[in-house]
Amino acid sequence: MTEQAQTDTGEGLTAFVTFSVADHYFGVPVSRVQDILTPDTIASVPLGPAEVRGLINLRGRIVTVIDVRTRLSLGASAAAGPRKCVTVESEGEFYTLLVDSVGDVVSLKEICREPNPATLDPLWCEVANGVFRAGEKLLVTLDVERLLNIRGKA
Amino acid sequence: MDDLLNEFLTETNESLGTLDVELVRFERDSSDVTILGNIFRLMHTIKGTCGFLGLPRLEAVAHAGENVLGKFRDGELLVTPDAVTLILKCIDHIRKLLAELEAAGKEPEGSDAGLIGEINAIAQAQPAAPTGTASDDSAPPLFDDTGFPVAAELLAEVAHALDPQQILFVSAPEAPTAPAPEAAIPAPAPEPVSVPAAVKDTPVAEARESALAASSIRVNVDVIENLMTLISELVLTRNQLMQLQRMQKSGEFKVPLQRLSHITSELQDGVTRMRMQPIGNAWAKLPRIVRDLCVESGKKIELVQRGADTELDRQVLEMIKDPLTHMIRNSADHGIESPADRLAAGKSASGVITLEAYHEGGHIFIRISDDGRGLDVARIRRKAIANGLASEADLASMSEQQVLQFVFRAGFSTAEKVTSVSGRGVGMDVVRTNVERIGGTIEMNSTAGRGTVFLIKIPLTLAIVSALIVETAGQRFAVPQINVIELVRAGNRSSARIETIKNASVLRLRDRLLPLVSLRTLLGMGEEDSTRDRFILVSQVGAFTFGVVVDRVFDTEEIVVKPVAPILRGTAFYAGNTILGDGSVIMILDPNGIAGAAGQGQAQLESAVTKSGEGEHRDSGHVSLLLFRAGSKELKAVPLEAVARIEEVSVSSIEHVGGRPVVQYRDHLMPLIALDDGHSWKEDGKQPILVFDKNGRALGIAVDEVVDIARDRVTIELQPGREGLLGSAIVAGKATDLIDIEHHVARNFSASFGMDYPVSGEAA
Repeated sequence: MTEQAQTDTGEGLTAFVTFSVADHYFGVPVSRVQDILTPDTIASVPLGPAEVRGLINLRGRIVTVIDVRTRLSLGASAAAGPRKCVTVESEGEFYTLLVDSVGDVVSLKEICREPNPATLDPLWCEVANGVFRAGEKLLVTLDVERLLNIRGKA
Repeated sequence: MDDLLNEFLTETNESLGTLDVELVRFERDSSDVTILGNIFRLMHTIKGTCGFLGLPRLEAVAHAGENVLGKFRDGELLVTPDAVTLILKCIDHIRKLLAELEAAGKEPEGSDAGLIGEINAIAQAQPAAPTGTASDDSAPPLFDDTGFPVAAELLAEVAHALDPQQILFVSAPEAPTAPAPEAAIPAPAPEPVSVPAAVKDTPVAEARESALAASSIRVNVDVIENLMTLISELVLTRNQLMQLQRMQKSGEFKVPLQRLSHITSELQDGVTRMRMQPIGNAWAKLPRIVRDLCVESGKKIELVQRGADTELDRQVLEMIKDPLTHMIRNSADHGIESPADRLAAGKSASGVITLEAYHEGGHIFIRISDDGRGLDVARIRRKAIANGLASEADLASMSEQQVLQFVFRAGFSTAEKVTSVSGRGVGMDVVRTNVERIGGTIEMNSTAGRGTVFLIKIPLTLAIVSALIVETAGQRFAVPQINVIELVRAGNRSSARIETIKNASVLRLRDRLLPLVSLRTLLGMGEEDSTRDRFILVSQVGAFTFGVVVDRVFDTEEIVVKPVAPILRGTAFYAGNTILGDGSVIMILDPNGIAGAAGQGQAQLESAVTKSGEGEHRDSGHVSLLLFRAGSKELKAVPLEAVARIEEVSVSSIEHVGGRPVVQYRDHLMPLIALDDGHSWKEDGKQPILVFDKNGRALGIAVDEVVDIARDRVTIELQPGREGLLGSAIVAGKATDLIDIEHHVARNFSASFGMDYPVSGEAA
């Protein structure tokens, strides 16, 4: 893991909040992230889209919890262990991405960004906007808007 | 755009609104000089401000209008509908210019010479001399003594400082026409009686206005909206604290918390009141609309407004504006007949539309009634069949009231269809949808030839609602209390039991079968556990009553309705979500959505429990029938909905009164009838009876056996030659006689059953 905990997006650098889901390594731009939290109680929404895990109360605001595992069809959620939430804002609404664990903030050079490999799952191609070689791992960066564009959204 | 211009726009728009109203009032009573004075002043102010701000186009138009008004006031010009129309046109034009000014930030290019010319032509054309016979009655009031103070009032504006003598000098030429000669004779004297009286009025009015101006301020709507959101959060936090306090043993926080709670409530009240506006604001345009319609159609309509100062939330006000306008237009356009028709019907030539608003129990009621021709039930019936909204058998079992409800149905809304039906109901489904969207209800009653009444019930505010917290499958939900009529506990030990008719649950609720929807199955949270006690929320949407089965009911809580995230809007069952006092997030159920599911999704429920006649979402044409045999082997059927109960009485309990069989039923005597005159009553054993209920009185029909309940699309194939039969049809594959219950009921209770149901609105 490249330990460049720079949050400023200087010359050709973009800072990403990294997180992992089912041993995959993802990043979303720091500028989009509002909050990182450990969800307490998630109120489920019967009949809601499968990707919507439920709702939480974030300091008086109702935030929709998106299960990234379901969203990226990474199988059923691992039952055990505390999970983390990465809160983002979109069109005035707050959403929080339910992930397995949250890693460091990394700053990566834009020139290191590779386009999505042609063989990538079409579903992933839709939400990913590139892959970074981050040390030993590959970091898939996600487009927040497209990630939140779930069927059922009116 | 600079602030000055902004302020001018707001103010002028307000003035124009007032002008609309005042002009219509003035046209009706052209002798009322205070109105004319007011109108003139408003127009004068607009003109003056335009000149000050350098808006020549607006100024010129306003000036032309003012000219005509000035001549009205001085009695130089007769007040005719044409002239008023022209002034209204002038106001509309100013409004249009203002809109362009607002959009562009500067006065638009162009010329208004056409309109100004028209106005000037009127200003010069008609001399006020009462030459025509028709104008005789309208002209003199401008000249008599009441006309006199107006002139003085005008002058007061410019000639405040002038001494009475000068004023007197100006007004002296009019004095001879005044009918009080004593006042006219001492006119040349320095202190006449009439003039000071006239001058006296002006300062008083001015003082009142300025006092009013000082006690109110303009606040940006956003500021209030923001404040409202904050208060909502405060209320939530307060609730949260109260909840914590309840769990705590120590009482040290109790007193300050109570005070906090108290203050919060008052604060909430205060801010809510701040958002309140008199409903008259939503009505302001209506007199003008009615007036224009009158002129166009040659009708005479009087719009009576009552309770215009009833206040309600700004947001609610915005949402009912359009429906109200629509309904008034409907009433004026289609409800009220032409003067000739009215006279022929023995009514006065001028129709009356009454618009009334009042508070009652945390709700606002708006009543719109007209004394027009009413709705034609027979034609609605025919149209409902033609549109496939209901079958004949359906309609046969419906009361007039239920038939009338069809105008609220979507299928009835398109203009051509409706005008050919009754000329009414254009977009009434849209009106209903709008009213229901803000948690309101709408009811209607109509008497042919006597008029139509609409009653709208809406909540005071939308932001904070009282909700019932319920639990199903371990999850809590909120249900707006306005939608819950009553709560029933159903269990093995309690008297109310949930029964099932082929997978469809129903509850016997007093004299009717209540279709039930299980929240658990509806939301896909598993199957109902029938061994447990459950609760039923009896809800009403429109005129459709149904029960929602839940596991538990907690208390009520004031909740702040927050819209659901866009991602979740695909689900029809939620009206929003909220945070409860304990900090948990819960979904607010939308009874409208659930009602939809009750009618559509639950096919089994449909098939057995039947519709409610006016339920909105049931599939049309199908009807549930109770099949039985009586007197012969042939199958007979009645609409299930018409049957209140199926009872079995022992033959020995049948008594006779006046030669007719009766049984004692629920502390009353219930007459029993047989469908065939030659019916042979059983000698002993049990007698099955179908109980029908109308207006609280029961009628029993003795049958041999109850066979089945069938749901089918019924087409009457053979018309009967016998009284009391609607006809014969194939029901569930067998030839069946359809019994005309109304006929039997009417035959037995012609007097007491003949009357209609009272509309609940009228009772309220």
